[in-house]
Amino acid sequence: MPKDDIKEFRLVGTRPNRPDGLDKVTGRARYGADITAPGMLWGAVLRSPHAHAKILKIDTSKAEALTGVKAVVTRADFPTGLTGEEWNLQENTMAGEKALYDGHAIAAVAATSSLIAQEAVRLIEVDYEVLPHVTDVDDAIKPDAPVIREGAADASVPEGMPPNVVKYFEFGRGDTAAGFKDADLVMERSFKTEATHQGYIEPHACLGQLGADGKGEMWVCTQGQWFIRQMCSAVLGLNAAQLRVTPSEIGGGFGGKTTIFMEPLSLALSQKAGGRPVKIVMSRSEVLRATGPTASASMDVKIGMTKDGKLTAARAEFRMQGGAFPGAPVDMALYCCLAPYKIENVEHIGYDVLANRPKCAAYRAPGSPMGAFAVESLIDEMCRKLDLDPMEVRLKNAVREGDQASYGPTFGSIGLVEVLEATAKHPNLSVPLGPNQGRGVASGYWFNHNGETSVSMAISEDGTAQVSVGTPDIGGSRASIALMVAETLGIAYEDVRVNVVETGALGVNEPTHGSRATFATGKAATIAARAAIKEMCRRAANEWGIDEEAVEWVDGAAQPAGPNAGDYPPMSIKDIAKNMGSTGGPISGHHESVPDGVGASFGCHVVDVEVDPETGLTKILRYLVVQDAGRAIHPSYVEGQYQGGAVQGIGWALNEEYVYGKDGRLQNPIFLDYRMPVASDLPMIDTMIVEVPNPGHPFGVRGVGETGITPPLPAIANAIQGATGVRMSHLPMTPTKVLAALKASQE
Amino acid sequence: MDFHTPSSFEDASKRAAEATGLTRFLAGGTDVLVQMRSGTVLPDTLIDLKHIPGTQDITRTPDGGWRIGIAVSGARLGDHADLVADWPGVVEGMELVGSTQVQGRATLVGNLCNGSPAADSVPGLVAAQASVEITGLTGVRTVPVEDIPAGPGKTTLSPGDVISGILIPPRGAHGGDAYQRFTPRTEMDIAVAGCAISLRVDGDTITEARVAVGAVAPTVRLVPDAAAALIGSTLDDTAIDALVTAVRAACNPIDDKRGTAEFRTDVAGVLAKRVAHIAYSRAKGDAQ
Repeated sequence: MPKDDIKEFRLVGTRPNRPDGLDKVTGRARYGADITAPGMLWGAVLRSPHAHAKILKIDTSKAEALTGVKAVVTRADFPTGLTGEEWNLQENTMAGEKALYDGHAIAAVAATSSLIAQEAVRLIEVDYEVLPHVTDVDDAIKPDAPVIREGAADASVPEGMPPNVVKYFEFGRGDTAAGFKDADLVMERSFKTEATHQGYIEPHACLGQLGADGKGEMWVCTQGQWFIRQMCSAVLGLNAAQLRVTPSEIGGGFGGKTTIFMEPLSLALSQKAGGRPVKIVMSRSEVLRATGPTASASMDVKIGMTKDGKLTAARAEFRMQGGAFPGAPVDMALYCCLAPYKIENVEHIGYDVLANRPKCAAYRAPGSPMGAFAVESLIDEMCRKLDLDPMEVRLKNAVREGDQASYGPTFGSIGLVEVLEATAKHPNLSVPLGPNQGRGVASGYWFNHNGETSVSMAISEDGTAQVSVGTPDIGGSRASIALMVAETLGIAYEDVRVNVVETGALGVNEPTHGSRATFATGKAATIAARAAIKEMCRRAANEWGIDEEAVEWVDGAAQPAGPNAGDYPPMSIKDIAKNMGSTGGPISGHHESVPDGVGASFGCHVVDVEVDPETGLTKILRYLVVQDAGRAIHPSYVEGQYQGGAVQGIGWALNEEYVYGKDGRLQNPIFLDYRMPVASDLPMIDTMIVEVPNPGHPFGVRGVGETGITPPLPAIANAIQGATGVRMSHLPMTPTKVLAALKASQE
Repeated sequence: MDFHTPSSFEDASKRAAEATGLTRFLAGGTDVLVQMRSGTVLPDTLIDLKHIPGTQDITRTPDGGWRIGIAVSGARLGDHADLVADWPGVVEGMELVGSTQVQGRATLVGNLCNGSPAADSVPGLVAAQASVEITGLTGVRTVPVEDIPAGPGKTTLSPGDVISGILIPPRGAHGGDAYQRFTPRTEMDIAVAGCAISLRVDGDTITEARVAVGAVAPTVRLVPDAAAALIGSTLDDTAIDALVTAVRAACNPIDDKRGTAEFRTDVAGVLAKRVAHIAYSRAKGDAQ
């Protein structure tokens, strides 16, 4: 049901102006690179030109002698003895014995100007011993591949695996052999996806300051200020409480700003430069070469289907490289790839493989788009072979509340069936197709993360409310949290201000990731508002001399209830706030928890494409996103998430990829050649919000931010098959690849 | 770094000849400034030409052709109705360069001197038989546009040579030109292949033609065999087939991140066919 038809809430479900809108359109919003401080120095980073090389010697003497240079740091300036992921973070921040990928940081400089810092970087002399490298996942998993790091495998990896396999996953249930036997059609296919970058518009930027006493401050563009604090402290051996981290306004993150890159370098440089603050702003090339793109994947999928479309068994074996460190989201890909389907017999196998590429970071539903590309492509091909309607097959096998998920747990309230039913009725499905045009559908799934959450809200003297949250606003969370708090308190949306605060102001918060801010911070803010209401009812009860339990909160005012109903006129929030000084002091509410009751979100996309048979160019004609939001707090933002996810998925499907040369260097570290879609490449993305409320959230919210990037990869491949008869199994589906496939099919 | 703002091309030529190290001229700056910021080109001398009188002007020459100043932006070319009426293919090539913002600065001469085989404005100029006026230490001379590029990032200009204007011949009656490129995206992209054709008709018959291809060889290339395939024809299927074959035969591209050699060659032929139809319609005065 479209959200606008629901009238049960006063504010939730409306579309007020965004609180950050004026600042952003006037250029007043302060992003990472906008922060300056007195005495500030500029940092620059020397990066490896080699994919894999031993660092024999670093001579920084000429750089240090350059006038204006105040500090130079190398790995020798970092503490030793770190282990596990903390060592990985430190090693990725600054190379130790080896450069592990093109772009790996080797040294950093702080100087009185950006130009001097860059010149000093060019004066640093490094002796490398270039080593054999590997960047492709299928090459990296070969037994004789160049070894990225001895002893990096964890306990999950059985004896005898190839040396670059560092994690191994195996899980499933039922009997897949029997399941395949029950099928009328069993098909097995292999698929590949290439690494892509989140492509946020704002490059990483930070200003770090660290004194000899170990007290420091950082202003940084990040999705999570506590993560920055914890990771920088670990890498530099600092006391976390002594480092205060303030997040800037953020120009996109999509998961890529949930970790550290050059942030510890600014602190290390600052400390070496006598505590002068050091600003580092990455160029776009640095962002592409040396931050955290997603993994690349090589996948084999086998599925059994009866002739009436019932899925009998599925087997997925995925290999992913996430750079020179463990952490490719192969597990997540496996968890999500079959999640939309009720299948008794499933088998999942995964390999996390090291390669000479930058350490991958999270990217919107990490892993899920790759897995969906493999599974949803094969299901579509099987539907074509058996002449079955792909929507009907999806509905026939759809998981419902109470079903056991392919990855183990039992689903609570979910809305996949409602999404599929709404999709099937959408007018886009009945638009006639012309020559060289095709239609593709695909489903997608992502979890909803909770995470450590701490919120504080305070009533101002005039009865307005301020909410302090620890989750940076990347997708409209200030607006949605303000709506939920205003709804709860019974005041106007404009009377609530939501502030994203620094690490000194709240308990630990996980970043804005995992589609969690509107769910977790929204839930915590609502509970905090209820705590403030309870306190305001108590103040009114005291004033009236009645029992606190006999006061209720209605429309922004305390009023006597039960036996006292009507005895006193309501006492508004303004009246209570005005007198708070004489009735017990400040009124506030807090909530700290890892909120339970997460609500996963399913989506279904339908895309129509036209393929130019002479050039292989794919044009998106129309695109529909249907997804379960639980409850859309601010529907425009929900639609924006749906559209943004679809557009990033379209880019991944058609043109975006990390292209490595034979020398192991990234060939396209600029937006000219890293081809994200531009506005004129796309039609308006149609959206439909389905609402199956999440019982675990006070307003029914499900996290919606990530599911939308999952279906586009297979949906577009499926549409291309419809348009051309050709099945594309290796992303991106560039004109070059499509034309080659068309020519091959005609031979 | 030395920075000069000469007030004449003679002065600019002298400054360039005297300079040591790496010298770059600045017109729109949309290539040079980007290269400097990325650290790929760090000039020792920058000579800013756009303050020289006349560099912002588009003027009709006495013979009915055009002289285009070296600092005229793509946006101003596109706004010039008479030039667009004469040479729509030249203008549409330039207008494909960059974004709206880049169009406010980027120039024909800059696009030419950057030396990219994929420069979108160059095939149209070559097809139009345009030339450049060069001010050098020994005086002023005129050179066909196709003789300027020498390979990726390189030109045939000598130290002290400064291009001081672009000269496009008179369009004359019953002529038409067009340019198309192939890019995976609709804009903000770089040509994987490009083709420009200028032709003249007498009734339905093509009497003159020039065909130029971009991004399929180390330099933009004039393809006389492709022109020969068109001349004397009415753009029938046989002529188109011969055009496509000649264009593909002239291609000598590389495999790279932007496309394979096979793809570039295939698509150059497709573009030639499409562009020929547009130029032909324009020459005949049909709406295009």
